[in-house]
Amino acid sequence: MIGDTKIKVRVTDAVTINPLIKQFRFVSCDGSDLPAFSSGAHIFVEMEDNGTRRLNQYSLMSTPEDLSCYTISVRRDDVGRGGSVFMHNSVKPGMEMVISHPINFFPLDVRARKHLFVAGGIGITPFIAHMAQLLGQDHKFELHYSARSHGLGAYVDHLKDIYGSKVHCYFDDKNQKINLENLLRGQAIGTHVYVCGPKPMISWVRQTAEQCGWPDQAVHYEEFLAPPTGKPFVVELARSKKIFTVSTNQSLLEAIEAAGVDAPYLCRGGACGQCITNVVSCDGEIEHNDHWFEPDEHNEFGTIMPCVSRFCGKSLVLDR
Amino acid sequence: MGINIKDGFFSDETFREDFTYKNSPQAIKRFPFPFDRDDYMYAVNLEPHTKGREGSVFEFAFDVDEHYVSEMRDRAMVLSEDPLRCQSLPHMTLAGWDLLELIMVSKARDYPKWFSLTKDGNQWHWINRPMGIDQKFTFLDETTLPYGPMEYITRQTQGDFSLQDERDGNLWMDAGMITSQADWSLDFDIGMNFMEWHAPVPLAHEKGIFDRALKYLLNLRLGAPVRRYNWTMTIDPLLDTAPETYPIWGPTRATLEKGNVGERMNLRVEVQALFRLPRSNAIAFSIRCYLVRFEDLVTVPKWGRRLHRVIKELHPDLAVYKGFLRNRPLMVEYLAQFDDGAPTSPGCWPDE
Repeated sequence: MIGDTKIKVRVTDAVTINPLIKQFRFVSCDGSDLPAFSSGAHIFVEMEDNGTRRLNQYSLMSTPEDLSCYTISVRRDDVGRGGSVFMHNSVKPGMEMVISHPINFFPLDVRARKHLFVAGGIGITPFIAHMAQLLGQDHKFELHYSARSHGLGAYVDHLKDIYGSKVHCYFDDKNQKINLENLLRGQAIGTHVYVCGPKPMISWVRQTAEQCGWPDQAVHYEEFLAPPTGKPFVVELARSKKIFTVSTNQSLLEAIEAAGVDAPYLCRGGACGQCITNVVSCDGEIEHNDHWFEPDEHNEFGTIMPCVSRFCGKSLVLDR
Repeated sequence: MGINIKDGFFSDETFREDFTYKNSPQAIKRFPFPFDRDDYMYAVNLEPHTKGREGSVFEFAFDVDEHYVSEMRDRAMVLSEDPLRCQSLPHMTLAGWDLLELIMVSKARDYPKWFSLTKDGNQWHWINRPMGIDQKFTFLDETTLPYGPMEYITRQTQGDFSLQDERDGNLWMDAGMITSQADWSLDFDIGMNFMEWHAPVPLAHEKGIFDRALKYLLNLRLGAPVRRYNWTMTIDPLLDTAPETYPIWGPTRATLEKGNVGERMNLRVEVQALFRLPRSNAIAFSIRCYLVRFEDLVTVPKWGRRLHRVIKELHPDLAVYKGFLRNRPLMVEYLAQFDDGAPTSPGCWPDE
């Protein structure tokens, strides 16, 4: 297994959870156990979508101790680049796919006296694994989960069955909202808060925690950017001597890979800095969509993160 | 501990007092000579820890060599004198189980003659034939092992280990088994983060090496371990050069003489590997120490020539940090006999 970071899996189930969400279950093609993982981890799922190779990341929601399978949930995004629609429409039981080893950017801090989970919509998935990992251990936790409606609140009933009063649900259509300030102010010292959900929710939790005097180290969030779509543009790779067009629904990184150039990456969501590439020359505007650098740092270094960033202008030449 | 030296492969030798440690000709030939050119400076010299050349120390993730049984005996002696060489903060137990699994699975796969692991769910059966150990236990249940999981498996594995928790964008040395260290102390460093425990290293901070190395390590992936070399010099083949015992071994630096350099001075090479651990998301750092006497090392002509050039030209700050500035003239004088000025071939391996 050393050096081999890809795993061949077979889809055993593709189950509709609600009108927006489908759940997929994978087992290894050779019947062996899958690698153990830590709760909060995600995998990349490789897709061959009409000639574009996509690597989309999804949080693992299966029980970390169960090595027989991995499960993920995919929310369909009809205006996105197409990965989630591909998963919903084209992935069927029996199909073989390639996934990455698990990677964790959203682990528990197990020193915490208590874990406070705040989930919005599909952001529930990493917490399902977190709670499974904590169950049976001597850890305190509670979940505050908000969704548009009970019908769109995936796994609400399932979680209430298992965890009972540790699970608190809030539904938009009933005008229910987390009383966040009250919640955060009421926690004992040593509590850690974790948030996963839409971007405004993450900002809301981080800002409220700061206003309530929470230390940064006790506030955890997972924010993946899907690569944004945009106008097509041309890019030149100086070292590889290649020129090609990045299409609307393709990221710059995907286009570099499609051109047969091996480029480093890890999160593919603008968060880890692994894919940073030097800009040789640029006549136009780089649209920096990452949240790795501070906005002014890019100018200083002349760099771009091709996993999420795009370009608009006359010419862009990269050192790759 | 019923040690089985009858196998014939494992040496019965000491790393203290009479220092009977000795490399066989085969062990000299597979020594991990760390210099791929005739000079040396720090670099972020990380490479994938993949299956290496057959018979080399890189063939398997955890190299077991002829010194295994005696090294483990030496570790047990160090621990009986100073139990604080092995520590694990309370939140690191799961990482200890990760390490135990990684090592047991690797060794049973790579050395089936010596090690075996049988699993029935969480009921595991581990056999370590060279050390005469036959242990049935429940995985993830500490009460079924004589020690905590990290201590249990590292009492049976060559090399030091530290387990680093990842949080707040940093790595924290929150557990370890450190008995064959090049003059650093787990008891001092435990709980420190990556920047704190590297603070004493000269020159590398200015080069931004630790910032880049940390960024790289935070991205270390499951299933894709990496490795690097480190090296220093040690008088006599003493594994346990700890700050705690400096009064015992430090003064030996003043006993090197013209006539005993080849016999007493050892090149000490650490093959360091980093593994992401699955259940805990911690990082295991293995620091495997290989020692070779100068007189044995120079039997490989390329290495004799190159070591002479590296030591002669080394930046004085590094010679101070590695603790051999005062002995450098003697070492260079000795090694000069084996350097005829001929060019050396690229790379670390001996010429065939």
